[in-house]
Amino acid sequence: MGARGKHRLTSPSPQPAAAHIPLLRIEPSKGWVSLQLRELWVYRELLYFLTWRDVKVRYKQTALGAAWAIIQPFFTMLVFSLFFGRLAKVPSDGIPYPLFSFTALVPWTFFATGISLSSSSLVGSANLITKVYFPRLTIPFATLLAGLVDMVLAFLVLLVMMAHYHVTPSRHILYLPFFVLLALVTSLAVGLWLSALNVQYRDVRYAVPFLTQFWMYATPIAYPSSLLPEPWRTLYGLNPMAGVIEGFRWSLLGSRNEPGPMLIASSCAAVLLLVGGAFYFRRMEKTFADVV
Amino acid sequence: MPIPAIRTEGLGKSYQIRARSARYKTIREALAQGWRRIPAMFRRGEKRQTRETIWALRDLNLSVNQGEIVGVIGRNGAGKSTLLKLLSRITEPSTGFAEISGRVGSLLEVGTGFHPELTGQENIFLNGAILGMKRIEIERKFDEIVAFAEVEKFIDVPVKHYSSGMYLRLAFAVAAHLEPEILLVDEVLAVGDAAFQKKCIGRMEGVAREGRTILFVSHNMGAVRELCHRAVWLDGGRICRDGHVDDVVRAYSSIQVENSFTHLNHEFGFTIERIVLKNEAGESTMHFVPGESMAVEIHYQADRPIFRPYVWMTVQSLWGTCFAANMILDGHRPEVLKGRGRLTCTFRSLCLLPQDYTIVLAVRASDGQAIVPPQEVASFVVSGDLRQFGFLGDNLHVVAPRSVPVVVPYEWTMPDGTVIPIQIGTGMEEVVRRR
Repeated sequence: MGARGKHRLTSPSPQPAAAHIPLLRIEPSKGWVSLQLRELWVYRELLYFLTWRDVKVRYKQTALGAAWAIIQPFFTMLVFSLFFGRLAKVPSDGIPYPLFSFTALVPWTFFATGISLSSSSLVGSANLITKVYFPRLTIPFATLLAGLVDMVLAFLVLLVMMAHYHVTPSRHILYLPFFVLLALVTSLAVGLWLSALNVQYRDVRYAVPFLTQFWMYATPIAYPSSLLPEPWRTLYGLNPMAGVIEGFRWSLLGSRNEPGPMLIASSCAAVLLLVGGAFYFRRMEKTFADVV
Repeated sequence: MPIPAIRTEGLGKSYQIRARSARYKTIREALAQGWRRIPAMFRRGEKRQTRETIWALRDLNLSVNQGEIVGVIGRNGAGKSTLLKLLSRITEPSTGFAEISGRVGSLLEVGTGFHPELTGQENIFLNGAILGMKRIEIERKFDEIVAFAEVEKFIDVPVKHYSSGMYLRLAFAVAAHLEPEILLVDEVLAVGDAAFQKKCIGRMEGVAREGRTILFVSHNMGAVRELCHRAVWLDGGRICRDGHVDDVVRAYSSIQVENSFTHLNHEFGFTIERIVLKNEAGESTMHFVPGESMAVEIHYQADRPIFRPYVWMTVQSLWGTCFAANMILDGHRPEVLKGRGRLTCTFRSLCLLPQDYTIVLAVRASDGQAIVPPQEVASFVVSGDLRQFGFLGDNLHVVAPRSVPVVVPYEWTMPDGTVIPIQIGTGMEEVVRRR
């Protein structure tokens, strides 16, 4: 009996079957625990409903509603184009600067909004955490998934801009879903770390805006990563968002700047960050209800 | 041989209480603490003494069979809610283990996750999913839930526009349609209006008849007795008594006479030391007969004088509030509460049917700040023969505990001119005897 993992539901069967009664053992856990991805799968409908709630509620009490999903990256793009593109004459890999920066701002806004919302998501759901059991991973995850809707809206604007500048995507666009996935993985990784840390240390709330700003300068949004020579460029890819953004530009705008080795670095970094974040999250999970 | 649905062995839960009562820490504190810990790491066997361990639940061995309905009773802080939180996996035990066979549904609160901006319909789906229902299951029961909550007309309105009654009805309706094999319920029946509470209890009884296992935490002894066959009395995190519901409830009630309630407000330096209920003869008791007078004595200690506070108390039954004594309404306030003293409210005649009641007390400063927020401070039981007051209905013992408890004196004038007065209170024996 002792060898069994804690919280293992032998079967999620809702039937009060006499033949097969799921036996659940609840006992103290020590150290690092299993991720219980199977259980997360069992609760996929909850993930769907929480995401759906976040989408519905996000802009309900705002005057401009979902327009915010566009306003934010669009105006940042205008500012960047004026100061970096026009005045500072930052190179843009031969792409019109507004398009160059907006393509980066679409995934970046998703990432920045995502980590800031998901870092406070657990604390904001204290009423749920202290009253009902479900895999807590669903909370920051749902917050991020809801952000995808915003990204789609901003993406539509990007398509309009591409048409305006007569840029037609090449067959590389087939790789775009991979870069979206990489953005999601990165955001989830950072979101898991921050949300779990925020339960223990409320400093996180103050650190996140600073972190986001810092990270933005360390990411090729206003400038191209081609400014860096190899091998520094590959090393630069350890910032997964660098890989995401150069990937977006390459697949959509056909920039000559192929992300290649940089992308491998980005993918590895993102996956490591996610696995670490998920295990840290699971380890801290048992204390959430007591501390939050 | 009965199969245990819930079995715990040595189950315990401890909390670390820091000397400073901060619930979460900052990184600065953690770093400072880590720094201070470095020398200690070199001295082996040394433990940090700054924390105090509180055992919310300790060494609990409990076995509940399938189909059993067990009431869990005890004072606030006795570990009742902790037990439910452990069994529903919200928090993890510190020692021991629990084994559960069957799908668990826990109702520690109704309306968990309700979002005010979403409509009734949207909230049913969201709340259902949070409680662990499948989407298809919610769809199947949707109409039933709406009908149970009596909110058909408002189902597409955001719940922020609901009245509190409608909100609670909808919240409970979703919860009531959970169909787990094991249901853990915490005090959620103490909401809503009287008619709805009855409906909820009816629903729970229905669930019970289907052979499900229920663990039911409540302060309402009437509800516990009505629903459960077995009761477990927790005190200080341990089982104090476990057995037939009537025995356990009686034993529990008998020690609840006085001294059961204390309240301390640091900010105002105000302590309620105890609440004493006295009958007509001036004896401290919690048992009253219909029509008797009841004095509620508030024994307080005010370290700093509190000028012209408002005191408010209500007598509650399963049906909700029966009546109140309210200084905000009557305007008579004590000039000052200073040092140790006593404030008494005497209800002249308890025109109440034999049922269980609780007293809710609140004290506010003259500027409206809560000194004692509204809370249950005492409970009492009314029991006795109603026939002497002119109640001659069949099966009185069954009907009376389920009727509206407050009886304002009334009389019937029959077509033939006979007048039949009904009044719970002294002096009626005379009238009844003459008849």
